[in-house]
Amino acid sequence: MSTETASSTANTPSKAKSAAGEYLTFVLGEEEYGLEILKVQEIRGYDAVTQIANTPEFIKGVVNLRGKIVPIVDLRIKFHLGKVQYDEFTVVIILNLNGRVVGIVVDGVSDVMALRDDQIRDVPSLVTSIDTKYIVGLATVEAQMLILVDIEQLMSSQEMALIDSVALH
Amino acid sequence: MTIDMSQFYEVFFDEAEELLAEAERLLLGIEIDNPDTEELNAIFRAAHSIKGGAATFGFIDMTEITHVLENLLDKIRKNEMALTAEHVDAFLAAKDVLKMEVDGHRVAAVVDQEQVADVKMMLNSLAEAGGLVIKPANVSIAQKPAPISIIAAIPEQALQQPQMRTDGLTQFHIYLPEISDKDASNLEEELGLLGDVVPSKNAHGRYVFVLTTDSSQADIISICSFVLDPDDLIISLAPVSATPVSATPILAAPVSVVVAVPIAAEKESESFNNLSKIKIEEENGYGLFSEDGNDEEGYGFFAPFRPHPDAVITALIGDDTVMTEANSGVAAVDIVAAQTTGSVEKRISGRRDSDKAPANIETSSIRVGIEKVDQLINLVGELVITQAMIEQRISHLDPLLHEPLINSVGQLTRNTRDLQESVMSIRMMPIDFVFSRFPRMVRDLAAKLGKKVEFVTVGAATELDKGLIERIVDPLTHLVRNSVDHGIEIPEQRRAAGKSEIGVLTLSAAHKGGCIVIEVTDDGAGLNRTKLLDKAAKNGLVVSENMSDSEVFALIFAPGFSTAEVVTDVSGRGVGMDVVKRNISAMNGVVEIRSALGFGTTISIALPLTLAILDGMSVSLGDSIYVIPLNLIVETLQPRAEDIKTVTGEGRMVHVRGEYLPIIALHSLFNQHTDITDPTLGVLVLVESDGKKSALFVDRLVGQQQVVIKSLETNYRKVPGVSGATIMGDGCVALILDIAALIQMGQSTNYLTGAMSFTNNANHTTQSSNA
Repeated sequence: MSTETASSTANTPSKAKSAAGEYLTFVLGEEEYGLEILKVQEIRGYDAVTQIANTPEFIKGVVNLRGKIVPIVDLRIKFHLGKVQYDEFTVVIILNLNGRVVGIVVDGVSDVMALRDDQIRDVPSLVTSIDTKYIVGLATVEAQMLILVDIEQLMSSQEMALIDSVALH
Repeated sequence: MTIDMSQFYEVFFDEAEELLAEAERLLLGIEIDNPDTEELNAIFRAAHSIKGGAATFGFIDMTEITHVLENLLDKIRKNEMALTAEHVDAFLAAKDVLKMEVDGHRVAAVVDQEQVADVKMMLNSLAEAGGLVIKPANVSIAQKPAPISIIAAIPEQALQQPQMRTDGLTQFHIYLPEISDKDASNLEEELGLLGDVVPSKNAHGRYVFVLTTDSSQADIISICSFVLDPDDLIISLAPVSATPVSATPILAAPVSVVVAVPIAAEKESESFNNLSKIKIEEENGYGLFSEDGNDEEGYGFFAPFRPHPDAVITALIGDDTVMTEANSGVAAVDIVAAQTTGSVEKRISGRRDSDKAPANIETSSIRVGIEKVDQLINLVGELVITQAMIEQRISHLDPLLHEPLINSVGQLTRNTRDLQESVMSIRMMPIDFVFSRFPRMVRDLAAKLGKKVEFVTVGAATELDKGLIERIVDPLTHLVRNSVDHGIEIPEQRRAAGKSEIGVLTLSAAHKGGCIVIEVTDDGAGLNRTKLLDKAAKNGLVVSENMSDSEVFALIFAPGFSTAEVVTDVSGRGVGMDVVKRNISAMNGVVEIRSALGFGTTISIALPLTLAILDGMSVSLGDSIYVIPLNLIVETLQPRAEDIKTVTGEGRMVHVRGEYLPIIALHSLFNQHTDITDPTLGVLVLVESDGKKSALFVDRLVGQQQVVIKSLETNYRKVPGVSGATIMGDGCVALILDIAALIQMGQSTNYLTGAMSFTNNANHTTQSSNA
């Protein structure tokens, strides 16, 4: 079993490191996603944000997180998933990506799961709104498919426009 | 177990730099004719502490210099040598070399070995010259030709060795100063823990303890220091074989000691090119014994071999034996190694006169990383906001029903304010940190240029944020240098102009309003208006005869502008003033020049108190709040309909007192919805940046307040038109507007559609750099 996984990982050079670990799973629309738990700083409710002029719609603005100015990205808007409404059930996952703190708005947070290598499958080539290069793999847990996202890569990608890139200047 | 010493290097480097700076400050302030003993002692202590630290970490090069320096200083502070200007120069040069060596160890900077050797030679020759001049026949200590070995630990070990060698026990004679009987008995008890104590009293009623122990002198000193000042203590050691007290020197005693001592002696002769020492070595082996009583005493370790009627008690002045105490600034303790006990009193008095205990200056400070302080400031800022929220919530409560709660919250309010104030003050440092580096520079520059300059500082205690302190250094250095080079004239010119030969350069700092104003004033030639205008015209700058004085003076900030006829290596290349201006602008500061031809020039810098706090005007736009830096606001007004003018029906302008200013509608620039789109219903904030004025159209003025600047870029990215963010009293984030960028954006943006107007752009090519 394990040898089989090893050979399959060898086929995809982009996935050099093991994807096994603990994942925080969250819901966007009908789909269930997972992100590495170690990237999560905290989970909180949705507060009023301060809008920033001339930014893409999915960047809701910035909030004050105990003295830090933290941008909030609504993944539902970004990936056109779920109903975009803000109420007391709206959840913000605060991520700490290499020292940069970013909040993402999702439909809900479900669980923390430990996944082994043998539970993780490769992603078939698909055309999706989320580039498959940001997907680490797919996992099946109790007949539910879990999409494992490389949140760090995704958030620092140029399309998220969260970080100054050289190209902008 | 081995300890990794490198982890303490940084501490040593920091400390060494501080000590060097302190020593330099003292050296510059010292009166050559009548030096203050305290100051000399302080300089000595600084050199001594550096030496100790350097030895501990094995930086032999630094130890060598400090050692020679220390010897010289020691002689001067003991009045064995008169302080001369030459000495001060040599000390300053030594300080430079030490600084270079510190940098060498710290960042692997290049150390000019030649310079090191030069300074060492200079110090050595001074030390010898002085020694020859006075050389009193009987005072052996004066002759001390670098008797202390380089590495602190060695003399102690070297001293221990001979005694340990015999039977592990050493007999110390401990001569106490006048102390009460009670103290004496306490001390006797304490010392009893180390070994056998035989107390006795000498002719002057002072206690003399004879202690037989296997402990070291340092142990004894540390015990005694609980009861008395170690400086007043004299410990002599006698081998166990010698008869206690009144022992007459017998041949066997010194010989038994001698065997191990050459270890120390050799170390010294290896490291120091002390000519006199070599001579002694030739004469009598290691120079441990004097042939006769009035010749050089060699290392001064031992008494003359044959007791002379005026037997000189020679001493090892082991300043280094108490390294542990050296860092805390305790003066060195003398340990006198002698076999004879005659003329003890004479020795005590002699030593004491020359080695007055300096007052122990307590430096009670701790080193904390700046990020820790910043975190603390952040947290306190949060606390203040939370406290404001609580206050707001309870304001709805019935004051009668909830009196205790309201009182408690009132108390909380006061405490939080106090806390915030104290925390903010951590980052504040006196501007003396900057000012203190200039006396040396001015002194050197003036000497180089043949000018006489008196340097005066005013308000050095004025406190300023640490971040600003660091950034103000470079601009100030330029200004001070310029003043000495171009401002103050050479003595002949000054005399011809009827002024005192000595020019006065004043550096002052003061709080004015929410700003700190730093001024560099010289009483030199002043700026020559006509010369400036000529030069500007030659450089192709647009000038006219009817420019105001301040405009003309501001020309010197133009890049490449220098009025100096001769380019020196000090200044005059025309780079500098523009850098000064740019640096200060980057700190939200303003530079201003006042000058009168023939009377001098004042360059005045106004800076905000800290980089982190901004005086702002909050304005509303739709449902958001923005903050405009207050220092950029000229005025605010609600325009009348007839004051609003248009060009080709588009670019709106407002007519204010004869000026037509472009209106920048923030809502269209930021694509933000608001109900107020007619300037007559909203507010125009007239802002000025880089000499350009514009009218910023917003909905309402909300209020004026101090805000803490937070970076947006930490977690997000730069947003055009926004310089940062801040957290308002209710915990919400407000954006701080970047006025300079907004003016540029306003000039290249069609206010109606918010779109970039390319036709406009073509007319303003110079301003469209942000596009």
